[in-house]
Amino acid sequence: MNQRDQMVTMVVNGYEVTRSVEPSTTLLEFLREELGLTGTKKGCDLGECGCCTVLVGGKPALSCLTLALEMQHQEITTIEGLAHGENLHPVQKAFVEEGALQCGYCTPAMILNGVHLLNENPTPTAEEIKECVSGTLCRCTGYVKIEKAVARAAKESSVRAK
Amino acid sequence: MEVIGTRTPLIDAVEKVTGRAQFTDDLHLPRPLFIRILRSPYASAKILSLDLTLAKKASGVRAIVTGSDFEKTFGVLPISKDEPAMARDQVRYVGEPVVAIAAESDREAFEALSLVRVDYEVTQESLSFEESMKERPDRIHPELGKSNNLHKSVEQKFGDLGKGFSESDVVVEGSFEFPSVTHGFTEPHATQVRVESHGDITVFSATQVPHYLHRAISEVLEIPMHRIRVVKPFLGGGFGGKSDPFPHEMIAAKVALRTGRNTKITFERVEVFFSHHGRHPSRIKMKLGVNRDSGIRALDGHMMIDGGAYGSFGVVTTYYNGVLLQGPYQIPNFSFHCDRYYTNKPMCGAMRGHGGVNPRFASEVLLDEAFTQLKLDPCEERLRLFHEPNSKTPNEFRITSVGIRQGLIHAMEASKWKEKYQKLPYGKGIGVACGFFISGSALPIHWNQMPQSTVRLTIDYDGGVTLYSGASDIGQGSDTMLAQMAAQVLGVPISQVKVFSADTRLCPIDYGSYSSRVTFMAGNAARNAAISMRRVLIQAACELAEIPEPPVEEMEESQGDLSYFRQGGRSPRYGDPYLGPNPNYEQDGFKFSEGKIVTPRGDRLDLLKVIHRALDGRGALQTQGVYISPQMGGSFKGAGAGLSPAYSYSAFISEVSVDPKTGFVKVDRVTVAHDCGKVLNPLAVEGQLEGSIHMGLGQVLMEEIRYEDGAVQNGSFLEYKIPSAFEMPEVVIVPCPSDESEGPFGAKEVGEGALAPFNPSVANAIYDAVGIRIHSLPITPEKVLDAIRSQKGGGR
Repeated sequence: MNQRDQMVTMVVNGYEVTRSVEPSTTLLEFLREELGLTGTKKGCDLGECGCCTVLVGGKPALSCLTLALEMQHQEITTIEGLAHGENLHPVQKAFVEEGALQCGYCTPAMILNGVHLLNENPTPTAEEIKECVSGTLCRCTGYVKIEKAVARAAKESSVRAK
Repeated sequence: MEVIGTRTPLIDAVEKVTGRAQFTDDLHLPRPLFIRILRSPYASAKILSLDLTLAKKASGVRAIVTGSDFEKTFGVLPISKDEPAMARDQVRYVGEPVVAIAAESDREAFEALSLVRVDYEVTQESLSFEESMKERPDRIHPELGKSNNLHKSVEQKFGDLGKGFSESDVVVEGSFEFPSVTHGFTEPHATQVRVESHGDITVFSATQVPHYLHRAISEVLEIPMHRIRVVKPFLGGGFGGKSDPFPHEMIAAKVALRTGRNTKITFERVEVFFSHHGRHPSRIKMKLGVNRDSGIRALDGHMMIDGGAYGSFGVVTTYYNGVLLQGPYQIPNFSFHCDRYYTNKPMCGAMRGHGGVNPRFASEVLLDEAFTQLKLDPCEERLRLFHEPNSKTPNEFRITSVGIRQGLIHAMEASKWKEKYQKLPYGKGIGVACGFFISGSALPIHWNQMPQSTVRLTIDYDGGVTLYSGASDIGQGSDTMLAQMAAQVLGVPISQVKVFSADTRLCPIDYGSYSSRVTFMAGNAARNAAISMRRVLIQAACELAEIPEPPVEEMEESQGDLSYFRQGGRSPRYGDPYLGPNPNYEQDGFKFSEGKIVTPRGDRLDLLKVIHRALDGRGALQTQGVYISPQMGGSFKGAGAGLSPAYSYSAFISEVSVDPKTGFVKVDRVTVAHDCGKVLNPLAVEGQLEGSIHMGLGQVLMEEIRYEDGAVQNGSFLEYKIPSAFEMPEVVIVPCPSDESEGPFGAKEVGEGALAPFNPSVANAIYDAVGIRIHSLPITPEKVLDAIRSQKGGGR
């Protein structure tokens, strides 16, 4: 352990983890390298592409611009934390069925943004969905099916809630 | 239960939505050495000396490699192996690898870079066409023996150009400029190397071409191919940008061999811009003659393309700039001249729509100008110009299926073309353009007579089907397409089919994912492998049902070798004549469906029981299928360029809003018809079309890499602006009924062809909206405003 390292405790996907980290370690590095949660992707490391998005306290955050030490006692949700066993989250399921992914690199971020949107706003308008999707770059899909998938998840969730 | 034609989610979609999909950088190999690359700060310089003393002593550093560690140069095309793995005595672009440092941690490798001292002597760089055309003593590749920086010059002429223009009612000409654009895949390049027993290596890399990478590593590192295994993990987007072997792949393998340690390298985003291999910037002069009755009479194109520092796919690009203009219309008199110049910039290579995109913009905009002058409807006229099915172009492309005529009619109806063209209020416009692309190149890059794709298929005791293919799934869904082939032929659910692909140890050779070849070639090979397995199972079914086995039609030479069933039972070779379309394998009267085999007599046999019977006395059930293109093409020089067993066609109608006060262009709606033959998977086809529109939208309205003294000025996603969800238009996809007799279940390409015509459809819509023609991309608000202001008498 390096002299400058500091301890940090956070809840990741429902489990508390405590680790010592170098102060400069980003949340992205912490998740991928320390915890092996490689579902969170590094596309640019500059906060431009959005591929590294995770939920912190339920809200989207760019993990490449977030220091691990800032996450003291925070709750983090990564893509690995959404499904229950083989039961996919409704947003994940909608992405599969709508063909809302091709290479899959931006997919974790797109899904987490969608989950956040539907948690906050279960009946989003098309414009609100577009805004939710616009924070992450996708070079494969043209976003069309991603927006459809979020809309579908919203619709199916609202049907279930009734 | 039909699999073909059904909306089929990707077979690996669940891995991708749960984060289980492992991309190259996600693999955790034990104790890897991390590699960082020191890159050239100069566009052109001599390396006078390298001082590695301090770097060698730095904390954690275990190996340093430089240009002197690599004897051999490489390149994806055998005719232009001009790229060193690392600069040796000379650097040719800003960002070229000069020193690579491997250390116990990424940070140590990174920090040690600053301890390297390189003495450069800056030499005269060549950054533009003008500079590269000049005779000069300091050429970028003096080994070519040329007096300037010309790399490749291609010229082809068919028919009588003078006659064609004299027969034309209108002749239009234009000059066009296209800047540098890049693939913009979200996953940066990454490679990891695992050291195996006997010092062998496994190279995990984000590559579209595992086979070519396998060859290149073997050549550059001078070790036999059997000591190298190349594996492509999940891959985060390619679009042509991962279809060359790359220096960092050689470096990672070199360090692993030298140190006996696993190695890892992942690019920073800016390094992806340095590496580039994107679309060639180009300057095009084109002349087009149209007769109001007989259509296009002549086309003459003069292209210059800026290749950057090395060859990459550039020789092919040089040809594609011309030959892909031979469709989708009949053009009896045709000529083009294309020159590729080296410049001291990151090299250009293949990018979606390879070589055909910029010339397509020019030709479709000119065609629009011609129809405007003739006061003819550009959609109605195009309907008369398309290739006829089963015809030949002047440069001897063999045209098979053409479904675009009906597709354009559907697009006209869906977009209400007749009600809108030239009828919308000022600022609103509608425009059309069409395109044409190959379904894979008929000729291989390395000349040989091997099938272009081979697929192995096994079937297990419980009916599980496994396919082994060298094709590289880069997100386009090729694994899913292969699984569809087997599921359809063998009548099993797609969930019962597993695919191992892009692993050179496990999978037979396939050339990889480029030139839109995979569905056509690997798809046919997979279908043939499944048909062969079907045949094995029919034998067993006949034994069980105690009925005679049906004869295999036209089985001639290779009795018992069922892998060639498709091509009349003969082993195809280059030079063989065309063997006819895909036979209907169900002619034998057997039906495979939902886990049952129904004999012509009506016995319903359980597939599993048949499999068990087939295993008795035979052991493991394994078949293979191949695809090889039939012989085709002319005998003139360059006749092989652009030859393909089948061509796709597309038609775009775009609607735009142009704000005359700000010059801002918004594409509101796009209606597209794409002739990809029979649609195998509507979900995948729609995804390819929507993605092509997105990439085209970037090129036509906003994307441009800016260079200053050869250095990338906007090497980030913040400054190199890719369209977000807000810029995307509404996309309406209309049917385009078509059936390609040689395609797997009637299919042709869809991944690339649809990009090119989208761009000019937007430009033509802008003309309809505000009466201006912009001949340089991207069409920025500044250019639009300038053009509107300089309109004289204005209006359309």
